[in-house]
Amino acid sequence: MPKVTFIQPDGLQNVLDAEAETSVMRVAVSNGLPGIVAECGGSAMCATCHVYIEDGYLDGLPEMSEVEDEMLDCTASERCANSRLSCQLPVVSDLAVRLPDAQV
Amino acid sequence: MAMDAGTLIIGACQTGVQLAASLRELGDTSPITLVGEEPHAPYQRPPLSKELHGGTIDVAALSLRTADWYRGQDISLITGERIVHLERDNDGGAATSAGGRTFRFSRLALATGAAVRRLPLEGAELAGVHYLRDASDAARLAADLAAARDVVVIGGGFIGLEVAAGARAAGKRVTVLEAAPRLVGRAVAEETSEYFRAAHQRRGTLVVLDAQITRLAGTGGQVAGVELADGTQVSADVVLIGVGVVPRTELAEQLGLAVENGIEVDEHGLCSDGRTVAAGDCANLPNPYVRGSGGRVRMESVPHALEHAKTAAAALLGRREPYRMLPWFWSDQGDIKLQIAGLSAGFDQTVLRGDPEADKFSLLYYREGKIIAADCVNSAADFMAVRNALARGQDIPAAAAADVGARLKQLTREPAVA
Ligand SMILES: Cc1cc2nc3c(=O)[nH]c(=O)nc-3n(C[C@H](O)[C@H](O)[C@H](O)COP(=O)(O)OP(=O)(O)OC[C@H]3O[C@@H](n4cnc5c(N)ncnc54)[C@H](O)[C@@H]3O)c2cc1C
Repeated sequence: MPKVTFIQPDGLQNVLDAEAETSVMRVAVSNGLPGIVAECGGSAMCATCHVYIEDGYLDGLPEMSEVEDEMLDCTASERCANSRLSCQLPVVSDLAVRLPDAQV
Repeated sequence: MAMDAGTLIIGACQTGVQLAASLRELGDTSPITLVGEEPHAPYQRPPLSKELHGGTIDVAALSLRTADWYRGQDISLITGERIVHLERDNDGGAATSAGGRTFRFSRLALATGAAVRRLPLEGAELAGVHYLRDASDAARLAADLAAARDVVVIGGGFIGLEVAAGARAAGKRVTVLEAAPRLVGRAVAEETSEYFRAAHQRRGTLVVLDAQITRLAGTGGQVAGVELADGTQVSADVVLIGVGVVPRTELAEQLGLAVENGIEVDEHGLCSDGRTVAAGDCANLPNPYVRGSGGRVRMESVPHALEHAKTAAAALLGRREPYRMLPWFWSDQGDIKLQIAGLSAGFDQTVLRGDPEADKFSLLYYREGKIIAADCVNSAADFMAVRNALARGQDIPAAAAADVGARLKQLTREPAVA
C-alpha cells in the first residue's frame, strides 16, 4: 500500500497508508487528520484541501485541470508553484505533502 | 449529581460525524455515542446523484471516516438502529431504538437530517419508480438505470438534473418533468433557470416545464410511462422522483421542542429547551445572510452541515460560538459545474458575466447597489472571488463586473461607507 506523509505547518509528520487510487484528501479526512478541511468532499469546489507537494514528488502527478487552477488562485494560504488541491490527486505511489497555515 | 453518561448523537451522517469529531477536538473526553438507522458506516451523499453511471455504488469508498478513526477517538458508532422514543429528565435522558436498545445520555444532539418528499401519485408503487436519498436508494437506481432506455425525472431540482445529466451522458433518452414554470426555481433566478433548461436541451434531454402529471402507467407491475394532463404520454423504464425533502423532526416533536420547517435552534444550535442541540438538514436556524423569512432558514448542504455541527458541538460543551457562515452550494451536472455563493433572494439587479451558450458564465446578484450572491457555471475563479468578498463584507461594483477581461478578485473593494 502506498504511503502518504503529511507534514503539519509546525513540522509534525503523519504517515498514513492509502488504498490505491483514493485521493490524498480522502486519506487525510477519513483518518481525521487536522489541516485538511475539504468542505465539498472532493469536487474541487471549495479549495480547502490545499497542499504543497514536497520536493521530488511533483513529477508523476496528474496534470492540473482548469478548475483546480482557478480554485488555487483563491486559497486561504498563499499559492506556490508546488500548490495542489489534494482532492484532485489520486495516490499511486508514495507521496509527501506539506499543509498550509490556513484552509479557510 | 449523576455520573456523566456522555453525549448521544442521533443521526450518523455528515452532521453527526462532524459533531462527534468536533467534541473530541474541543477536548471532550466523556463518552460519545453516535447512532444511525442506516446499515452502513457514515458516508457522503453528494456522489449518489453524480456517480450512478457504473451500475453500482461503492458505499465503502464513500465512507466519511475509517473504522480505526472511530475506535481511536473512542466514539461508539452504532449503525442499523433507529431511535423511536426519547425521554428527558434533569440529568439528561434516555433513548430507545426500534430494536429495543436503550441509550442513556447526559447531553443530546439531533442530527436526523431530512427524508425525501413523497408524491401521492397513482402508480408511484410500480417497480422502476425511485426516490434518491441514501446509498440503498442509489444502489437500486443505479442497477435499474444500467438496463434502462427511457428515463423520466420528475422534478427539475439539483438532484433530478444531476441524475438526468448522468443518464443522458450514458446515452439514455431522458425527459425532465417540472411542475413549475422554470427549473431549480427555489435556488436561482430566472436567467440561471433558463440557462439550465437550454443547456440540458442542448445535450439532448427533453425538458418539460409546467408539467402536470396525472399518473404513472405500468404493465405487469413495472412502470412504462408517465401521463400528463394535456394527454401526453412519456415512455419510461425508470422514473426518478426528486421533489425535495422534509426535515425529520419527529423526535424533536416528542420532546415538545419548537418545530417550524425544521427543528428551531438559536444561533448557537440550541433548541427551544435550551439544552438539546440540533444541526444540519433537520434544523431551522437564524443566519445573518437571510433577507426576509424572519432571518431564518433551513439549509441542505454539506458545507452547512459541517459548520453547523461545529457550532452545536461547542454549545453542548457550554461554549457560545454563533453560526455566521456565508451559505454556499454546488451542483455537478455532467460537464456543467455550478457553484453558488450567498443567497440571492431579495436581489434587485443582476449582472451577467460571460456566455451562457458557451456554458461558462456567472450571474451576479445585487441589492441596493451591493453584491449579495452569484451563480457561477464553470467559473470557479468568479465563485471564489464572490465568496471571499461576501464573507469579508466587501463589494464587487456592478458597473465593471460584466467585463470578463477583468478578474473579479481584482475588482473587489471595501464597501462604500453608508
Ligand atoms: C443525492 C444527493 C446529492 C446531494 N448533493 C449535494 C451536493 O452536491 N452538495 C451539497 O452541499 N449537498 C448535497 N446534498 C445534501 C447533503 O448530502 C446534505 O445536506 C447532508 O447529507 C446533510 O447531512 P445531515 O447529517 O444533516 O443529514 P442526513 O444526511 O440526512 O443524515 C441524517 C441521518 O440520520 C439518520 N436518522 C434520522 N432519524 C433517525 C433516528 N430516529 N434514529 C437513527 N437515525 C436516524 C438518517 O438515517 C440519516 O442517515 C445531496 C444530498 C443527496 C441526497
